[in-house]
Amino acid sequence: MKLIRFDDWAKPVPPVRREMRSATPELDEGKPPVLFVPGFGHGAWAFAEFWLEHAAGRGFPAHAVSPRGHGASGAAPKASLRAYVHDVVQAAASLPRQAVLVGHGAGALVVERALARYPARAAVLAAPVLGGWATFGTALRRNPAGTLPAIVGGRLRLSRRQLFSRAVPDAVARGYVDRLGRASARAQWQLLLHRGPEPAVGDPPVLVVGSPDDRVVPASALTRAARRYGGAPLMFPGMGHDLMLDARWREPIDAILDWLEKGGS
Amino acid sequence: MTTSTDHDSATLWRDGRPVYDRGDTVCVVGAGPSGLVAIKNLREHGFGVDCYERETGVGGGWNWRHDRSPVYGSAHLISSKPFTQYPDFPMPDDWPDYPHHSHVLSYLERYADHFDLRPHIWFGTEVVKVEPADGMRWDVTTRSTGGYGAERTHRYLGVVVANGHNWSPNLPAYQGLDDFKGRVIHSSAYKDPAELRGKRVLVIGGGNTGCDIAVEAAQQASRCWHSTRRGYWYAPKYVLGRPADQFHDAILRLRLPLWLRQWLLQRTLRLTVGDLRRFGMRRPDHKVFETHPIVNSQLIYHVGHGGIAPVPDIARFRQYSVELTDGTEVEPDIVVAATGYRPRFEFLAPETLAATPEGRPRLHLHAFSRRHPTLAVAGLLESDSGLLPLVHWQTVAIARWLRLREAAPQRAGEFWASTVAKAPERRLTGAKVQETPRHWFEVGHVDYLRALQKMIDGLAGARA
Repeated sequence: MKLIRFDDWAKPVPPVRREMRSATPELDEGKPPVLFVPGFGHGAWAFAEFWLEHAAGRGFPAHAVSPRGHGASGAAPKASLRAYVHDVVQAAASLPRQAVLVGHGAGALVVERALARYPARAAVLAAPVLGGWATFGTALRRNPAGTLPAIVGGRLRLSRRQLFSRAVPDAVARGYVDRLGRASARAQWQLLLHRGPEPAVGDPPVLVVGSPDDRVVPASALTRAARRYGGAPLMFPGMGHDLMLDARWREPIDAILDWLEKGGS
Repeated sequence: MTTSTDHDSATLWRDGRPVYDRGDTVCVVGAGPSGLVAIKNLREHGFGVDCYERETGVGGGWNWRHDRSPVYGSAHLISSKPFTQYPDFPMPDDWPDYPHHSHVLSYLERYADHFDLRPHIWFGTEVVKVEPADGMRWDVTTRSTGGYGAERTHRYLGVVVANGHNWSPNLPAYQGLDDFKGRVIHSSAYKDPAELRGKRVLVIGGGNTGCDIAVEAAQQASRCWHSTRRGYWYAPKYVLGRPADQFHDAILRLRLPLWLRQWLLQRTLRLTVGDLRRFGMRRPDHKVFETHPIVNSQLIYHVGHGGIAPVPDIARFRQYSVELTDGTEVEPDIVVAATGYRPRFEFLAPETLAATPEGRPRLHLHAFSRRHPTLAVAGLLESDSGLLPLVHWQTVAIARWLRLREAAPQRAGEFWASTVAKAPERRLTGAKVQETPRHWFEVGHVDYLRALQKMIDGLAGARA
């Protein structure tokens, strides 16, 4: 726990226009708002496809934020991880009640860091890309052409085979891949070289979900991530990395909401 | 004290009145910025909390509807957003660098709602007495602010006093004040610049409030005199296009020695604000950081336009005039005394806080009672930055301390004996600030947080 925060004080993250997509239940059942955070290249749209409405249908006010440079948020070609974290914390604090943070892919890394700046009610790391050399090695092995340019500041390109299971029709998968943007070169590098997150404020419960067939995050990485929070990952075999867009998108979101209802939050 | 089992719900008695046991609940006095963050952090650490608030809403002094609020219509913050917000609940990006007081109130109301704090607050209830009870617990007697209904006493695990210190006006005893025929108000009663329109106004006090009101008088009054005891350093709100406090912290992080920082800041102020003697103001009789910082970009501007006449301290009041220490006399219609506030804790016996005869509590880190481990005061600070980040960490330290007492009483006892009870009283600011009541609680935000960091780390180390 760090009390002296010169970065935050002397050099606050500059504001930017932020995209928030929301779906809220017709009746307020008092359930906590859920804030979805997309991974690198994705935007709030990735959750607006299925998960937002589904969560709202189950009584959870659901929101998704596009960190700067992503989706319809303002451009930020030089954004750092800190700026993405800032966007997530701003979005969470703007909600009327204490939120649950759900980060997907590298969005889970952003959520993990946001937890040190915002006392979330609970957090979910979905197919978390928490960075480090092992992630890089996997990406390089499975998709060298898409990964190598990122080393020199180019775009990290994920193939549709990495992101989706075969159950997603080719045309649909291609459509999603075409919508992908990119994170800043700086943030991509920070994915490799970053300090571990500060401890989470308020000690929220953390759930890790993923798929053993994810071709971006190996099962061992999921287990490692879950162990950090004293649990085991919740697995959904047969799904690709983009759980929220895959053919069986309903299963992981239902499991997450069940966990929240059972007192995860 | 006697105990009885024949009462409906009270199992304890004190001086013949029933005491209701609230078990491991902690009592927080006041739902202003310090009280709210105390509730939130205590709850986050697993404590039940009962907060008593004499008003009917949250926000304390920042809520202008409250009768003790010192806020005036134009009050803006003098610390920029990063220094003003709770560290785990940022103010919105689209707010200005220096929010208006109404922003602060809406921020506090949103904070209370976001973390669902209101169910833990008893509004319209004031604390009458806080007395130590058996087992380092506390009996807190309350009654409705309106005065109806009986007093009730509850027993708590601990008490966090967060009643604020900017509500009881401090009006110095000027000679001849009673005979003065003009109007004299304390700045706490000043709300609207219309009160000054067309009047001859004397503003007393060189603090931030005094400067703000002098600036308003410059625009509304027919004459404005601004009386200060000494020359001050006036920091502008922006330096090189950045909020001055952010600029200052960029320097602070370099960990330069104090004398070099003072030299650098004084040099920057000379270059940007200039030599104030040219404006008829006095040269500061102290180095920068040795008095509470004054942040005001408009004072010098209005002095330069002739709207404000800087004058020395008050010598005495006469029937129709005020004599100043340089022998000159001014004839104001209205005198606004921006002479600050005194902290008050009527519900606590002075010895509980080891208070000096002048009423100054002696507390470890300005927060922890050295005599009573389960009594703490939150927010009793004057800082060179905003208060909210500091009081946030204070209440985290309080919550962790109480948690440690519950989890590992023996280790907690050792920690207290070695770290708190015997800790020497020391200044938590690098500079030698002036020895005036105003500066009792003056802290440098970095020095203070370093000390708190040490305590919080120590509490973690002492965890069972």
